[in-house]
Amino acid sequence: MSWNWEVIGETGLQFFGKVSASISHEIKNVIAIINENAGLLEDLIARSEKGIPLDPERLRTQANRIIKQVRRGDDIVKGMNRFAHSVDEPLRQTDVNDSLALTCALSNRFASMRGVALELDPSPTQVPIITNPFFLQNLIWLCLDFAMGSTGTGKAVSLKAGKTEGGAEIRFSKLEDLAAADIESFPGERETALLQALRADLVINKEMGELRLTFPVQAEG
Amino acid sequence: MKILLVDDEHELVSTLAERLSFRGIQADWAISGEEAMRLAEKNTYDVAVLDVKIPRIGGLELKRRLQSKLPVLKFIFMTGHGSEEDFRNCSAETADGCYLVKPVNIEDLIQKMNELVKVSEVSP
Repeated sequence: MSWNWEVIGETGLQFFGKVSASISHEIKNVIAIINENAGLLEDLIARSEKGIPLDPERLRTQANRIIKQVRRGDDIVKGMNRFAHSVDEPLRQTDVNDSLALTCALSNRFASMRGVALELDPSPTQVPIITNPFFLQNLIWLCLDFAMGSTGTGKAVSLKAGKTEGGAEIRFSKLEDLAAADIESFPGERETALLQALRADLVINKEMGELRLTFPVQAEG
Repeated sequence: MKILLVDDEHELVSTLAERLSFRGIQADWAISGEEAMRLAEKNTYDVAVLDVKIPRIGGLELKRRLQSKLPVLKFIFMTGHGSEEDFRNCSAETADGCYLVKPVNIEDLIQKMNELVKVSEVSP
């Protein structure tokens, strides 16, 4: 099967750029918080040099806050690293549940900007398929982006990956406004190109307010 | 001088507010546009320091809404990105240079706030 490489390439680059910019914003926030906490420590020391008593508990609180931000920064960089390595191989065994969790983590800031909560219901077991992990994440992101615009007053998207007889599925539910959504333009050219490349299917269930992606055990090489 | 700080990072604004208080500057803080608007209903401020990327509303829209409540309020934007687009948008909304990239140096921030308040004092 011939894939629409032009669309897939452009969509992939846009996705990579969008996620990278979001990660840089998150890292900047972590650095900014560490900067303020370190600055506050300096202020407390300067005040103690002027005779204002320094409470050791206050120092402990500040140290804990810095440690918390270092951990947060480390988690962000780990996610960024996993995302960057998703382009390493065009086809490999991939846990759909894991890809969904990573894409959710990378999308949290976008969701927060839109006032939408992402409710990930993790599968208790792995959901393995052989696929292109970057295309998979890109398709999840595009569906999630559409889903976030269809939440209605609930302002939440529920996400769940699971095994099927033929491979795997991802469900995006709680989409209260799906019936009113513009499904003439979704799936569009980008989603269609990725669906073809992954040999995946997308079913839009307006009544249930749900998008369902299904994947075969093995995509084409 | 009374300041309103708005950023969705709770620890950032609360710590910054405490550090400003050590320097004799009273600062209230909010972690959402809605909270900021509620504070602006009950208080007056000289300067608002806004994150460009505030969830749901965005810093530029929040600036417009705050300005409609407090017409003489001055604004400084903070951003983590430092992108050309942010710079252009913020420059169009504020006096020159009222745009700081995180992490912000508190002395630079205070200098900007003092400049803005002085300008507003001498303006007719």
